Amino acid sequence: MSSRDEILESIRASLPRLDRPLPDVPLFDANPPASLLQTFKENLERMGGMFLDPPASGDLLAPVRTKIAGAHVVCSTVPEIAGNRDIAEITAPQGLADVDFAIVRASCGVAETGSVLLTESDLRINAIAYLAQHLIVLLDPADIVVNIHHAYRRPEFRSGHYAAFHTGPSATADIEGVLIHGAQGVRSLSVLPVGRA
Amino acid sequence: MSTGPKQSHDNGLHPELLPPDDPDAIYHNGHRLDHAEGVSRPMRSKPEPQPRGARVHGNRPIDQAEAAGRFIAAPEHEKMHDERLWDLRQKRDREMHGIEEWEELRSLASAIKEHTLTHLDQYLEQFEANARANGIHVHWARDAAEHNRIVHGILRDHGAKSLIKSKSMLTEECGFRPYMASVGIEVVETDLGERIQQLDNEDPSHVVVPAVHKLRTDVAQVFARTIGADPNNSDVHYLAEAQREANRPLILAADAGMTGANFVVAETGTFVVCTNEGNADLSANVPKLHIASIGIEKIIPRLEHLAVFVRLLSRSALGSPMTQYTSHFRGPRQGGEMHVVLTDNGRSARLGLAEFWTSLKCIRCGACMNTCPVYRRSGGLSYGATYSGPIGLIIDPTFNAHKYSNLPFASSLNGSCTNVCPVKINIHEQIYAWRRELVKRHEVPFVKKAAMKAAGELLSRPAAYRAAIAAADFALAHLPRFVAYNGLNAWGRHRENPHPPKQTFHSWHHANRGGKQ
Repeated sequence: MSSRDEILESIRASLPRLDRPLPDVPLFDANPPASLLQTFKENLERMGGMFLDPPASGDLLAPVRTKIAGAHVVCSTVPEIAGNRDIAEITAPQGLADVDFAIVRASCGVAETGSVLLTESDLRINAIAYLAQHLIVLLDPADIVVNIHHAYRRPEFRSGHYAAFHTGPSATADIEGVLIHGAQGVRSLSVLPVGRA
Repeated sequence: MSTGPKQSHDNGLHPELLPPDDPDAIYHNGHRLDHAEGVSRPMRSKPEPQPRGARVHGNRPIDQAEAAGRFIAAPEHEKMHDERLWDLRQKRDREMHGIEEWEELRSLASAIKEHTLTHLDQYLEQFEANARANGIHVHWARDAAEHNRIVHGILRDHGAKSLIKSKSMLTEECGFRPYMASVGIEVVETDLGERIQQLDNEDPSHVVVPAVHKLRTDVAQVFARTIGADPNNSDVHYLAEAQREANRPLILAADAGMTGANFVVAETGTFVVCTNEGNADLSANVPKLHIASIGIEKIIPRLEHLAVFVRLLSRSALGSPMTQYTSHFRGPRQGGEMHVVLTDNGRSARLGLAEFWTSLKCIRCGACMNTCPVYRRSGGLSYGATYSGPIGLIIDPTFNAHKYSNLPFASSLNGSCTNVCPVKINIHEQIYAWRRELVKRHEVPFVKKAAMKAAGELLSRPAAYRAAIAAADFALAHLPRFVAYNGLNAWGRHRENPHPPKQTFHSWHHANRGGKQ
C-alpha cells in the first residue's frame, strides 16, 4: 500500500466518532471605523510602516520622488513612476539583488491591520518585494477593505499562485526583544495612497 | 523614523519607574513600537555564561527539573526570559481586549479545527486534488524518516546541494538538519533566531522565538565564533545586521528553498506561511525549487475559516495584530517548481487517543509557553524535547512515553495555558490525564507513584485525610531537618517546606462555625 493510502487508512481508523458541525464565520463588520484610510494609516504605522501623506502641493507622487532621489537602483512595476532597472529584462530573481527601492501597486489594503496585499501580478517577480532594500507601495484608497474577513473574499486568493499580506517592513526581535527593521527582507515599507492610473 | 523618545505608559508600570530613554527602541510619533516580537519596555541584562539545556542520555527519561535548576541558577538569564515572555503575554492581553469578538473567534477556531479533524481524510484528499490541479507536486510521508528521504530525493533529482529554509517545527520533529548533513546537503536557516540556534548547535527553545533563552552577549559569542562578528560588540542592531549580511549571499546562491506551513486551505489548495522577517518568502521565491513540509493537522476547509486563524495567531503569539508577512502559496511561480510533503509522524495515531486528540488543534502560537510559570523560569531547552512548555507536556509523550515521562509533572496545573489557548485546547486537563496514563503504563518512578497512590487513598476517605493533615502539620513543625528534607521530598530540594498552620481548616471551621452545620 502507498504511504498516502496507509496514512488515510490510519486516519479513518482513528477518526473520533463525534458530531462536530462546521461553523459559518461572520464578517464582524457591524461597527466599521469612520474612515478606512485613517484606520489603515494608524495600524500601518503601529506595525512599523510609513504612510506618505499627500503633500499640500497636490503632486501626489512627490513624496516618492523625494525618497528615491539619490538611490542607485530603482525598480518600478507601476506606470506612475519610472525606475532605472527594467524588470521585464530580469530573467532570475538574483538579478534584483542590488535594488535599493522597489515600487509596486497593492491589490488591496486592510484597515484592521494596516496590511497591503501583493500578488504575483503586482510584483512581476515575487522576490522583488523581499530582495529590495526598501519597498514603496501605491494603494488606491478605494481598494481598502475593513478587515481580514473581507480581505479573504477577494478574487486574488482564488486565481493567482502567490499572494502575500505585507504589514510593515521585515522585522525581528529575536535577540532580547529588541525590535529591528530589515531582518532579512526590506528595511522599510512606505505606502502612498493614490488612485489607480 | 525615530522622532524622539517618549514612553507609552500602557504597560501598567508607573512612568517614573521606567528609564527615560531606551537606546535600543524604535519610536514613531513619540510612541515606542512593539510590533512583531518587540518588547514593550526596556529589558537590560548583565553578561553571564549561558546555562545549557537538559542532558539527554539515549532513551532515559529527561530530567527536566535538573536542567531547570541550572537555568534558575543563572539569574540574569532567568530574569530576562521570565520578563520577556511575560511581556509577550501582556501584549497578547492588550490585543485581546482590543477585539470585541475575541472569545467568539476562539470558539470558532476550536469548532473549525474539531470539525476538520473529525473529517481529516476528506479534507486532505480535497487539498491534494486542488493542489495537484494547480501544479503542485504532493507527497505523503508516514514518518520522519520517510519525510527526510522524500525531500532528499527531490533535491537529488535537481542536483541541489544547498537549501535555504524558514523555521518549521515539523522539520525539528524529523531531525531534518542532521539528516541533510549526513547526505552532504548544506542547510541554512533564514530566521534570525533559528539561525542563531543552528550556528550554536542547539534546538529552538520556543516555537515562535527560538533563541529567547539567550542574552545578547551569548549571541555575540556565537556570531564571533561562526560568522566573524566582533566578539566585543553585543549591540543588537549590530548583531542583526551582521547576520543579515552573512545570510544574504547564501540566500542568493541556494539551489532550493524550503518552508513549513501554518495553515492549509482545502478548497483552494493553498498553504499559508507566516513570518515577521520575510525569510519564508525569500526561501520560497529566490530559488527555482520550493519544498514545503506540512503536518497533516494544519488543514482547514475554506478561506473564510482562514480569516479566524490569521486574526488569532500573531495576537496570541506575540501580541502583534498580524505577522509582518502572511503569504499564500497556491502553485509554483512561472518557471519554478513546488512540492509539498504531507507528513503524519504520529498524528493519525494521536487522533485515536480519546483524551488527547484535541491537542491536534494546536496552531503553534506559543501563548501557553509565554504564560506558564514553569516554562518562563526553566527555559525551553530544559524539556529536552522538540516541543516545550505546556503544549510539549501533552504532545511529547505521544512520541515517546518513556523518555518524556517526567514532562507532564513540570506543571502546577494552574490552567493559565488553557485560558490563553486560541483554539481552546484543555491543556492543563490533558497534562493531568497524561499523569494518570503514565502511572497506568508504569512510566512513573516508584517514589512519585507511591506518594500519589497514598494521596489517592487518603483523599477518598475524609476522616483519614483530616487526621493525616493534622499529623503532617505537626510533623512539619516538629520533625528534625534531616527527616523532613531527604531525597524523597522533591519539593524540599529547591525550597523550604511551607510553614505549618496553627490549626487545620477543618478544626477552625468546627470551632467557629461548627454549630451551624
